[in-house]
Amino acid sequence: MKQLITLNVNNETIEVYTAIHKTLLEVLREDLQLTGTKHGCELGECGACTVLVDGEPVLSCLALPIELEGQAILTVEGLAVDGELHPLQQAFADNGAAQCGYCTPGILLTAKALLDHHPHPSRDEIRQALAGNLCRCTGYAKILDAIEAVRVP
Amino acid sequence: MEEFDIIGQPLPKVDAVNKVTGATPFADDLSLPRMLYAKLLGCHHPHARLKAIDTTQATALPGVVAVITGADLPVKYGIIPSSQDETGLAGDKGRFVGDPIAAVAAVDEETAERALELIQVEYEALPAYLSIEEALDQKGEPIHDSGDQGNIHKLVSLEYGDPQAGFSQADYVRDDTFFYQGNTHLPIEQHAALAHYTADSRLTLWSSTQTPHYVHRLLSKALGIPMSRVRIIATPVGGGFGGKCDLFGHEIAAAKLAMITGRPVKITLTREEVFYTHRGRHPVLMWVKTGVRQDGSITAMHFKTFLDGGAHGSYGIASTYYTGALQTVTYKIPAYKFDGLRVFTNKPPCGPKRGHGTPQPRFALEVQLDKIAEALGLSPVDIRRRHLVEENSHTVNHLRITTCALDECLDKVVKASGFREKHRQLAYGRGIGLACGSYLSGAGLPIYWNDLPHTSVQIKLDRGGGVAVYCGQADIGQGSTSVLAYTVAEVLGVGLDHIQLTVADTDLTPIDLGSYSSRVTFMMGNAAIQAAEKLKALLLEAAADMLELPVGALAARGGRIFCVDDERRSVPFEQAVQRAEAQHGALVAMGSYTPPKLAGPFKGSGVGPSPAYSYSACAVEVNVDPQTGEIKVEKIWIAHDCGRAINPLLVEGQIEGGVYMGLGEALMEEQSFRRQQHKSPSMLDYKSPTTLETPEIETLIIERPDPGGPFGAKEAGQGPLLPVPPALANAVYDAVGVRIDEIPITPEKVLKALDLKRQGKAARVGPKGIPNVTFPKPVWVEPHSGAPKLEAE
Ligand code: FES
Ligand code: FES
Repeated sequence: MKQLITLNVNNETIEVYTAIHKTLLEVLREDLQLTGTKHGCELGECGACTVLVDGEPVLSCLALPIELEGQAILTVEGLAVDGELHPLQQAFADNGAAQCGYCTPGILLTAKALLDHHPHPSRDEIRQALAGNLCRCTGYAKILDAIEAVRVP
Repeated sequence: MEEFDIIGQPLPKVDAVNKVTGATPFADDLSLPRMLYAKLLGCHHPHARLKAIDTTQATALPGVVAVITGADLPVKYGIIPSSQDETGLAGDKGRFVGDPIAAVAAVDEETAERALELIQVEYEALPAYLSIEEALDQKGEPIHDSGDQGNIHKLVSLEYGDPQAGFSQADYVRDDTFFYQGNTHLPIEQHAALAHYTADSRLTLWSSTQTPHYVHRLLSKALGIPMSRVRIIATPVGGGFGGKCDLFGHEIAAAKLAMITGRPVKITLTREEVFYTHRGRHPVLMWVKTGVRQDGSITAMHFKTFLDGGAHGSYGIASTYYTGALQTVTYKIPAYKFDGLRVFTNKPPCGPKRGHGTPQPRFALEVQLDKIAEALGLSPVDIRRRHLVEENSHTVNHLRITTCALDECLDKVVKASGFREKHRQLAYGRGIGLACGSYLSGAGLPIYWNDLPHTSVQIKLDRGGGVAVYCGQADIGQGSTSVLAYTVAEVLGVGLDHIQLTVADTDLTPIDLGSYSSRVTFMMGNAAIQAAEKLKALLLEAAADMLELPVGALAARGGRIFCVDDERRSVPFEQAVQRAEAQHGALVAMGSYTPPKLAGPFKGSGVGPSPAYSYSACAVEVNVDPQTGEIKVEKIWIAHDCGRAINPLLVEGQIEGGVYMGLGEALMEEQSFRRQQHKSPSMLDYKSPTTLETPEIETLIIERPDPGGPFGAKEAGQGPLLPVPPALANAVYDAVGVRIDEIPITPEKVLKALDLKRQGKAARVGPKGIPNVTFPKPVWVEPHSGAPKLEAE
């Protein structure tokens, strides 16, 4: 069954006519062509599909858009403002924290939520916050370095 | 002045901004108008004849556009020419649970999935073989009618020099058995492909592949269309590690469905299907016998490996040889024998994973060395450090060693970790272990025999100063596209902002064999330098005319060409380009790289040679809880000899990623089976290290430029994985005195060994023995004249 849904994605109000059982991941990627949000399992196991909903990390492969009307959805496409990279994006680029870059969007958003709530986390606290985001390329070292470079000391 | 402007700088990758903004187009991000979605039906049995497949109902479902089965894709292919045992979809038999047997193209994924349920398959179950032992003890129909005999895919036996004499001259001889469990790549990106067959009868396939050239060759064969009408575009790969090096059923099925329907077809594997696609680390059972003198020098080694290959040949023949090839490149071995056997089993096919066939024997060798050192009262450092291979020498099995900075790697790691102060001196429960490793900087021979270049780079200069660079290499996250830009920019003396890159497209780019065997930086780098040097010569000549100076007085750097003795006399890069274009016409140059002829004079010598070997040494410190058997890794130190770090930031990233992956294998990763089914085909059940299990890694880059490498560079992508599992095993022994001769080293195994110890039994968990197999009479090979000699006492 299809329905017209109104979503707020990256500060833009978007109307989308879509099947109500589609996940947020599918609606973002397929209906809205926002393919920056990735998937590695579509079962809530890898963290690659993480987006922020009202500032909190949410696995978009498990979320239903119909339940998110009126809430602010932020995807990786919305992180840079007026062509300026978000400090985390800049730090990820400078520190080599994105190798294949496939886990990167989900990790950036998880890290943003962490720093927004908690501007000076320790390295271990960063580890805790990222425990649900798998990365197979980096051994996490440069990801932790990049987030440390942005935290308020 | 610094020697280089770009080489050696910790620069962000050229595609870093695209990656952090989500703009990088991965295969599943692509879509085309009127695109269909494909899904695969997997076999429900581990081994079954497919007696009949009825697709009538599926085809009739509204929204379904085409259904195909093995009958539509009958051509056999295989990545290794002597091992042609795959078809796009299984035809006569299904050979493992999940083996693709039919494919559906429909207007959306859901419809395609529903159609799969409507396909009726009549199976005739056959005896299934799930282990090496079961495969060897073959009672019923073998899995393939190809291979060496029955379920044995490959049997090899090679003998170099006189191991008998070596063993008889040894002061101490021991043999041990080891097992290294199989595991998988687990790239976060699920494999995806998009196929488009246009009205002019041309096929384009976008795919997340590490090897567009091999996909080009094999897809053309599997579909029966000439390579000249097939175009492969490798999209940026979201993690490869060897898992995207083959042609896969889903790629062939998507292409076939696109041909049948005339519409673009996309397929993205589910995570479960990624586990079935596999081509991961072979489970290998090993037996190794080594003879040493009192001082720890090796007099002879005999290695036997038994590989559990899964349902297809894939890269398996190469994998088999690799389990016997690189034992000789770290420590001097004057006599060596290798017996290897690979069986087919009814499980997803194994293939190359980071280190391809070499981490398993490296684990065995380095753990056994630790045992030998203890038996002889030698330090684990000295037994290694005193007997390293010589630089510019050969090994007994005809491998050419150029540079080897393993001495420096060992010294630095021992110092940084405080190994000598800690080993056998930490409190019970804490321990430190050491191991070394080595890996190829590119395979010396291609996968199919030919004497063509392994890689080529084309550069075209634009009169506005732009430098367009073309190469078939596929970036899998390691940064090979960035390396291409760095090398060209360095030689031409321009900033990276001048460089535009076109890569991994068989229509547009000259060939590169692919991102495997750690070959790209070394080989493509050399080709890029060659192409850039040709253009630089023209530019210097043009600038010499303009400045009225001899060419020898000029240098190209910082976007201009100038007189070395008087930098005020200079011309901007683009003016030199214009002058050279006026003189010569279009400024286009090619560079290619073909490795030197390195294979020895015997059958089987094609696997192992490389233009240069990287070296690493690693120390792991652990805390083992004797109550729970849990292992906490406190810290890992690793020193890696990469010749020269073209970009130290990327080299560190490769080392850290390799160490992490080695640690995952050592501690938890396991592709195992229960009741003939994959036990854990999900990311939840297949355990891999998260941020919480990954310790701090101290990386020491050792640079001793290799004369054959681009700017002296060797590999960094695979070698650093190798020493991690044995260093961990040795650390666990140091901590609690038990030997776990089996990977992964789980808490259950530690507890079991501790229990045995308490009972006064041998405190060891590992395989009890090896199958009783008669290997063929070995091919005897005269050792290379430059190899270590067995010294008379
Ligand atoms: S795709 Fe959502 S958690 Fe993996
Ligand atoms: S960078 Fe490749 S998975 Fe994280």
